[in-house]
Amino acid sequence: MKALSQRRRHPLAAVALLLMGLLITGGLYMAAGSVNEAKAATGYTASDIEEGNKLFIANCATCHGLNAEGSVDGPSLIGVGAAAVDFQVGTGRMPMQMQGPQAQAKPVQFDDEQISQLSAYVASLGAGPSIPLADVLDTSKGNSAAGGTVFRVNCAMCHNAAAAGGALTRGKFAPALAGVSEKHIYEAMVTGPQNMPVFSDSNITPEEKRDVITFLKEIESQGSPGGAAMGSLGPVAEGLFIWTFGLGIIIAFTIWLTSRPS
Amino acid sequence: MATTTEYTPKTKTGKIANFVDERTGGSAMVKEFGRKIFPDHWSFMFGEVALYTFVLLLISGTFLTFFFDPSMAHVIYNGSYNPLKGIGMSTAYASTLDISFDVRGGLFMRQVHHWSAILFVAAVSVHMLRVFFTGAFRKPRELNWVVGGVLLILAMAAGFTGYSLPDDLLSGNGLRIIDGVVKSIPVIGSYISFFLFGGEFPGTVVIPRLYSLHIMIVPAIMLLMIALHLFMVVVHKHTQYPGPGRTNDNVVGFPVGPVYAAKAGGFFFIVFGIVAFISGLFTINAVWNYGPYDPSPVSAGTQPDWYIGFVDGALRLMPGMLGNFSFEWLIPLPWGWNTLSLNVLLPALVPAGIIFTLMFVWPWIERWVTKDSREHHLLDRPRNAPFRTAVGVAGVISYSVMWAAASSDLIATHFLVSLNDVTYWLRVLFVIGPILGFIVTRRLALSLQRKDREIVLHGREAGIIEMSPEGGFSEKHEDLDVYKRYNLAVFEDRKVIPAQPDAAGHISAKEKRRGALSKFFFEDRVAPVTPSELAAAKAAHGHAEVEGSEQDSIGH
Amino acid sequence: MGDHSHGSPDDSGTVAKAGAGDLDKFQDPGLPPHRKRLADTDPRAEKRAERQVALLFIISIIGTLSFFIAYFVLGRPDNITEIRIQNSMLGLGTTFAMLGIGVGIVHWAKTLMPDHEISEMRHPIRPEADRVDAENIINQVIEETGIKRRPLIRNTLIGAIALAPIPAVFMFRDLDRSGKNANEMIEQLRHTMWDTNVRLTRDPSGTPIKAADVQIGSAFHVIPEGLDEAENMLNEKAKAVVLLMRLDPQKMKISEGRENWHVDGIVAYSKICTHVGCPVALYEQQTHHLLCPCHQSTFDLTEECKVIFGPAGRALPQLPIMVDANGFLVARSDFQEPVGPSYWERGKN
Repeated sequence: MKALSQRRRHPLAAVALLLMGLLITGGLYMAAGSVNEAKAATGYTASDIEEGNKLFIANCATCHGLNAEGSVDGPSLIGVGAAAVDFQVGTGRMPMQMQGPQAQAKPVQFDDEQISQLSAYVASLGAGPSIPLADVLDTSKGNSAAGGTVFRVNCAMCHNAAAAGGALTRGKFAPALAGVSEKHIYEAMVTGPQNMPVFSDSNITPEEKRDVITFLKEIESQGSPGGAAMGSLGPVAEGLFIWTFGLGIIIAFTIWLTSRPS
Repeated sequence: MATTTEYTPKTKTGKIANFVDERTGGSAMVKEFGRKIFPDHWSFMFGEVALYTFVLLLISGTFLTFFFDPSMAHVIYNGSYNPLKGIGMSTAYASTLDISFDVRGGLFMRQVHHWSAILFVAAVSVHMLRVFFTGAFRKPRELNWVVGGVLLILAMAAGFTGYSLPDDLLSGNGLRIIDGVVKSIPVIGSYISFFLFGGEFPGTVVIPRLYSLHIMIVPAIMLLMIALHLFMVVVHKHTQYPGPGRTNDNVVGFPVGPVYAAKAGGFFFIVFGIVAFISGLFTINAVWNYGPYDPSPVSAGTQPDWYIGFVDGALRLMPGMLGNFSFEWLIPLPWGWNTLSLNVLLPALVPAGIIFTLMFVWPWIERWVTKDSREHHLLDRPRNAPFRTAVGVAGVISYSVMWAAASSDLIATHFLVSLNDVTYWLRVLFVIGPILGFIVTRRLALSLQRKDREIVLHGREAGIIEMSPEGGFSEKHEDLDVYKRYNLAVFEDRKVIPAQPDAAGHISAKEKRRGALSKFFFEDRVAPVTPSELAAAKAAHGHAEVEGSEQDSIGH
Repeated sequence: MGDHSHGSPDDSGTVAKAGAGDLDKFQDPGLPPHRKRLADTDPRAEKRAERQVALLFIISIIGTLSFFIAYFVLGRPDNITEIRIQNSMLGLGTTFAMLGIGVGIVHWAKTLMPDHEISEMRHPIRPEADRVDAENIINQVIEETGIKRRPLIRNTLIGAIALAPIPAVFMFRDLDRSGKNANEMIEQLRHTMWDTNVRLTRDPSGTPIKAADVQIGSAFHVIPEGLDEAENMLNEKAKAVVLLMRLDPQKMKISEGRENWHVDGIVAYSKICTHVGCPVALYEQQTHHLLCPCHQSTFDLTEECKVIFGPAGRALPQLPIMVDANGFLVARSDFQEPVGPSYWERGKN
């Protein structure tokens, strides 16, 4: 995978370099859209795309437009790539039930084959991030300590250092990451769903992404060494706990202690 | 000492006592304390909880010092916690991880220490609320109230210095906030910051410095204050709730030996047991999650421990800009421009300053307004001092609003509301909450007093409906026994004392203010029932049943 | 109709005293009569209570033993699950050991020790005479020193005592370990590691960033090149961390003098909040808002990071950037204003 991605990136980077040397502004703008390992929809058959198109028109076109060109209710999907579709539909965020501060995860509406067909269709519209290969999702090859460092710098401010989630402005939030599949975590990083920034491979390499996933899966599976983690929410949860449960037990004991036996 | 008259002890206890007494004079102590009386009430136990958690803090803290290394020297972690293996960090953080993962029972001790710490401050707070709302701070206990207030501040200082020691990401960002607050202090702020951190933030000396404060100076002063506090408790003897047989001149309760000592001693083990239970089953301060301190990352939900929360919340509530008006001011001075960050300075110092100042001087304010210099050993039921209870609730509300603001982000995510709206609402509540709280509490206290009056005058509702020969329905009331009646009918009745002229017949402005305050506090009052009122009510009651008076008939 | 004869005051410990001069007040009926406990009257209940106390102490012994089992049998745990099990077993062992003793003693005191409430009279804290004596002694001591009659001694002593602690205060001058003088100390706050042609590199890997790497919607956490070799690495990092984002140049409002501070919509802003210094690291790529997770200050990236919500009073400082000959992003200069929270000497830029 590494060799593959380098080979793909290499000519593009060279082109970008050359262009920048000559005319900085224009060259930059062109390159910007294509750094994210633009990859044509490989591995999808024409019938997948066909079926996907039908599903799209039936379920998505109301907001995203008949040709996925976007409307006031939904963004254009040209060039978002298969990964974006797989994430949004695969976590149930799309189709959205109602407009709100952000699309939220809910029961998935389509089966795997349909999601794959939808992905195929959207991928056919323009180059974008593709669905990650198994190799970059293999946590046995990742380094959780390195992943933790990357996670703290790039992710913890929104998702919390223990991946317990956190608040954004005006009702939006970064969700907790426990229970999210390796593939969906990876896809979220490369596509930047909703207000999440895009972490393209030029920012965080595929290997670093694998490390991050390894870290997340390790802290999720090992649990807290100290006992119940209380949502890993830190001092607020701890304070609330001692004021309710802690002082509650103590008051119960003081009442027993000063009451008169029968 | 015992040389002139040879005292020969007969029992074994006597022999030991004699040995000790001849060398220390310990018998006087036993005489003084052995049968000293302490009243028994559940609300009197919070001071003990505070004392016992402090003992637990000393025990667990001592254990932790044997393994903790407060150095900020850079090391590569190679302990047994896999998700941090090979990561560069400070020695302080690495040794905290070692305590957690490579010292048997170390994690347990860390959790005992931290749970005890936040329970300690909580117990101190509840103890102080109890003292305030029952009026136990009044003469002769004003100074002990002040010592208690100092202990609360010291507890917060001990807590904050300890919170910072592991040098993890959470506490490091907490220190950075402290740095930002310190820098906002006019004229000397920047220098204090440099002196605290030994140069620029974060430097390499702040953890060892906080460590000496945390394990030596702060606990030493606390021990001194606790000794003073307990000494004064012994001098004053404990207060008690009013009741039959309990007067301002006596103490009713159990003697230290054996009952009170057994209960108090047993209670230490109970508190220990509760803390051990929580520490065994509930994680606190998961430093391994936060990672080592690094100035670049930050975690969502970065909050201080609960007792610093109200300051953090005040910082969050304060708007930095109102439209285009910034609270960061540039002050023109002869030598140029200086910066005054009111958006930091005001919330960091003013609310805490007001709360603590009012807390410290309240005994004197109350004494001044009520012109009451008598000794008080009998407590007030909170309802019987509506003004004080209302002031206390107003204070609790303004504290709690700031406290809630410190978790505005968690309120937003857990109740699915907008973070910004939470802040807006809390800003409104911060202004009107205490005022509403004062009014509602005073009304509530007065109604409860009126209800007590009703019960004394007309007895308790027995739950039995009777039909009169005329067909009217009324509920049967049972008279109170003398003890219950005494409980409800006898309390301190505070009346308005209008401004008094001084010797020259002149009313000073200060005295006018006092008169106005007195009027504000005591204008609305419910007087205790007098025996003659009760007699009159009884006489009327006989009629009432015949005529179906308002108070007794159903559906009034 | 009222039954006044509940309980007989003859069993009470005190005699009513309250309201002696106040006729229209209820008289203190004295302590309510003592009520006997089950264990006082029923020997079987007494025996039962005794057994209960002993049982509680035995529970404590078992608790202590189970602590040892957790400590030695589980040995040194080598994974998180075992640590959790050991921690909870140590905790529960201690819980039972302590609660067994505590509850046992209290139960003993409540059921088997005498439960007669006793009344003790209070005494004045100190008799008046003592106060008068103390006053006289103090006056005599002052008189014997003659301090009032010898103002020269008094005034020089006051002067000496007032001056003596000042060296102790000045001793703390070197709490600042940098060895800099006052002006140099303050001056440090104005500068960061950024300088002309210093490359922007990824945090934490330190690899340089090409303009082409930064696509619209992405956010890079940036440190200056060479940070790892810096003398006070963390101090420099605490000032120099930068957030790099790219947005559509059409959406950006650019003020005079900052026209060439961005590279085709790629902008770099200080990550240190102007409020109290937390890293403002939350970037919402659709709203273009930056949010500080500590106190929720919100900055609008399209308007040069001006404050739109929260307690910050000033926009985030922008780092002027450009592209070097190799296509890497570099700084044009240091920040044009001090980064981070305001301080007294900050003044106008």
